[in-house]
Amino acid sequence: MADSGSEDIAVIGNTDLTPSESENNLKNTMAEKGTSLLKMMEISVAEAEKRTGKNAVNMQETYTVYLIETRPVDAASEGTNPVPDSLWRRYSEFELLRNYLLVTYPFLVVPPLPEKRAEFVWHKLSADNMDPDFVERRRVGLENFLLRVASHPDLSSDKIFYSFLTEENGWKETVFETGFQAKADSRLKALNATFRVKNPDKRFAEMKHYGDELQSVISQLLRVRARAADRLYGVYKVHGNYGRVFSEWSAIEKEMGDGLQSAGHHMDAYAASVDDILEEEEHYADQLKEYLFYADALRAVCRKHELTQYELEMAAQDLTSKKQQREELATGMIRTFSLKGMTSKLFGQETPEQREAKLKMLETQIEEGEELVKERNAECEEFVKSAWVDIERFKEQKDHDLREALISYAIMQISMCKKGIQVWNNAKECFSKM
Amino acid sequence: MSESIVDNIVPSGNSSVAIPTDISGQILDLDEDDDLEVFSKDTSTTLTDGSSFNASMQTSPASMINQYKLEEEEEDADTKDIFVTVDNPESHVTAIETYITYRVETKTTRSEFDSSEFEVRRRYQDFLWLKGRLEEAHPTLIVHPLPEKFVMKGMVERFNEDFIETRRRALHKFLNKIAQHPIFSSSEDFKIFLTAGTGELTSHKKQGPGFLSRMGETVKAVAAAVRGVRNRPQEFTDMQEYAEAFSQKISSLDKITQRIIREQKEYLEELKECGPTYTLWSQSEEELAEPLKNVAGCEDRCYKETEEQVKHLNDHLIPVLHEYVLCADTLKAVLRRRDNIQADFEGKAEALATKKADRDADSKVLSLAWDSLVGRSPEEVKQQKQQKLKGEIKEMSDELDKAENRLEGANNALKSDWIRWQKVMRSDLRSAFIDTAERNVSYYEKCLAVWETFLQSQRTDAEGNGKVDSS
Repeated sequence: MADSGSEDIAVIGNTDLTPSESENNLKNTMAEKGTSLLKMMEISVAEAEKRTGKNAVNMQETYTVYLIETRPVDAASEGTNPVPDSLWRRYSEFELLRNYLLVTYPFLVVPPLPEKRAEFVWHKLSADNMDPDFVERRRVGLENFLLRVASHPDLSSDKIFYSFLTEENGWKETVFETGFQAKADSRLKALNATFRVKNPDKRFAEMKHYGDELQSVISQLLRVRARAADRLYGVYKVHGNYGRVFSEWSAIEKEMGDGLQSAGHHMDAYAASVDDILEEEEHYADQLKEYLFYADALRAVCRKHELTQYELEMAAQDLTSKKQQREELATGMIRTFSLKGMTSKLFGQETPEQREAKLKMLETQIEEGEELVKERNAECEEFVKSAWVDIERFKEQKDHDLREALISYAIMQISMCKKGIQVWNNAKECFSKM
Repeated sequence: MSESIVDNIVPSGNSSVAIPTDISGQILDLDEDDDLEVFSKDTSTTLTDGSSFNASMQTSPASMINQYKLEEEEEDADTKDIFVTVDNPESHVTAIETYITYRVETKTTRSEFDSSEFEVRRRYQDFLWLKGRLEEAHPTLIVHPLPEKFVMKGMVERFNEDFIETRRRALHKFLNKIAQHPIFSSSEDFKIFLTAGTGELTSHKKQGPGFLSRMGETVKAVAAAVRGVRNRPQEFTDMQEYAEAFSQKISSLDKITQRIIREQKEYLEELKECGPTYTLWSQSEEELAEPLKNVAGCEDRCYKETEEQVKHLNDHLIPVLHEYVLCADTLKAVLRRRDNIQADFEGKAEALATKKADRDADSKVLSLAWDSLVGRSPEEVKQQKQQKLKGEIKEMSDELDKAENRLEGANNALKSDWIRWQKVMRSDLRSAFIDTAERNVSYYEKCLAVWETFLQSQRTDAEGNGKVDSS
């Protein structure tokens, strides 16, 4: 019976946590992590507004801007509440920031932005970017992004990020001045190219594989969820018809009338309750989506590592072949086939001066090559070290966050069940009075 | 003998008054007609009392008042003296056909039964026959509907297990409704249905009113229907309006419930994928594997509960709504039959009035010319005609009286049975809705428990690992 159930609930606690409360918990956790940035300031994306203006090709367009508010931490704790510093940014500027971070810190799992367009929607949910619900959820997602970056041990101290939060004008120019764009283009090219690494790092290969699997399974889960939500919506809404018919029927009955009428109201309430239920579930979907996109970021890191490794291998290979050439030249023994060697055989031996010149050139190249290999090796090692630290950090964060997401999902289910119990108990009472 | 029972007489035109819980106000005007005495006893309850069988038996006021203790709920097991069960369907194959029979078991303490236990096998045709007989004998009483012959939509096979089970339940309800009806339960046909061997039943069936007489009744009914009723009393018009409206509403409820079941089934299709997806995910995870597998288990359990819930809706609420859709049709048919009886009476009254007018007219007009041609004296002819008319008028008068009695009987029967039916309907539908609501509560409670177990496991896990909960 419902009564005994509520006693159990008291023991477990926290079942009445609303999604916004658990979201707050997440923020507090991030704040507690205590990066120096977050110790200094509170960050929030407080509002969203529609603007119209001329775009790059001089056409009118409507877009949304988001208000970023920052507030010194001390002030809030002192009890005074000064007006926060604030500036407006649009989604494309967030994208620019993220691209900058991706290029500048390729060995870090960079937090993802909320989706550009609404995907995995169940049919009642709007896929329109201008829809107020979508804008609201995006606002929350953007705030989440900023807090993620601000709570990251390395990203939080980035100057460009800081000025994103604090300098409204001229920020874009500052970003472009860093020259990251050039790096971005070459990075994109490299990441899309196909290449094979001779000695893949097992750990990174596994991580990449994990990233693939995570992306696949979360996509599947989101799809299943959306379809189920659609159906559940239908079930609840049809019950609204009971309300209508009970009401009509009560008009022709004498004794039964009142009971039927009031039962009908509860059926209407039941039908209406599904809207809130599914809205809450969207919150869960958003949590899953964040990690869907995180999986992408994870894969990008692994890919970058592969590239670094590949470049190292290429440099090493090149060095080895150059060294071999030198040996051949020095000893006169042809170990490897070379076109030069063949032509010289066919067309006559080189003069000793020519050979001297070649040797010297090779020596220089070998020196440079060795430097390059050392460099690349150091790069690789550095990359592996930093990346692996961040991957471990990410794993812990992911395990924690997703576990919390599952818990809040369970809490939502419980809330839905409680609503159902209440409505049907009420209906039952009304039926008894029939 | 009627007078001794009279306490508060409710005039027969008052059937639309709210039914008070004190049933003594339900006593209708008692007629000379013996049949109607039975109405005075248990018209508004579903209880039957042994004493109501003997219609002409005189009972003391005290014992009569006992019978009027109305239980608004289901029959009190103590006062029921006949229990009928329908179960054990079996299939029979003959050269010509295959059909199903059901076991009908009766346990009773009623004196007019030779023994206290009976077991017979009956097929759907037999039930149809019984229903027909009861309707013939009591055209304006409301006979509970039988399950339909075939299920047109959904292409259900006649020998499909679910179909047979649904039919069995409906047949069981049918017989019990008959057994609880004050008039029907004392029907001879009912008794034979419950007790006779298969052969005996077949021969008894043949003894019913012959084909020709049944045709005669049908012709009369058609004629009356064509003629139409002239002065239908308002209360019956009200009943007709009610029957129409009720029919619409109950059909709507039936359709809505079927739609809910359809939507639930589609929901189940999607829900089925949830658990396995979480399980798949758990296979790529380490720390998260356990909670994910746990969630998968929860989704699977909720899926099963939802499946059960849908089945319950299908097996319990739908049949009741179906029954009352058919009941609504019965109400309309009963009102039509009553109208026909009234039309018949009105027709006869009109014919009599015309005949009387003829007689009066004739005494004034002398058709001398024709009669003198034929060679009879005007006085003789007049006498002959008058005699003939007198005879005819007497005959028609008697017929009219019979028709009038028949009409009054039908009206009273209908009025009290209407009240009885409303009570039963109210009780049945109330129970069905309460049952559905309870089932829904139980469904949500079970799902709630599933998720709370999950939460508990996560809390203790967190504490066990020494992790600090984000709360």
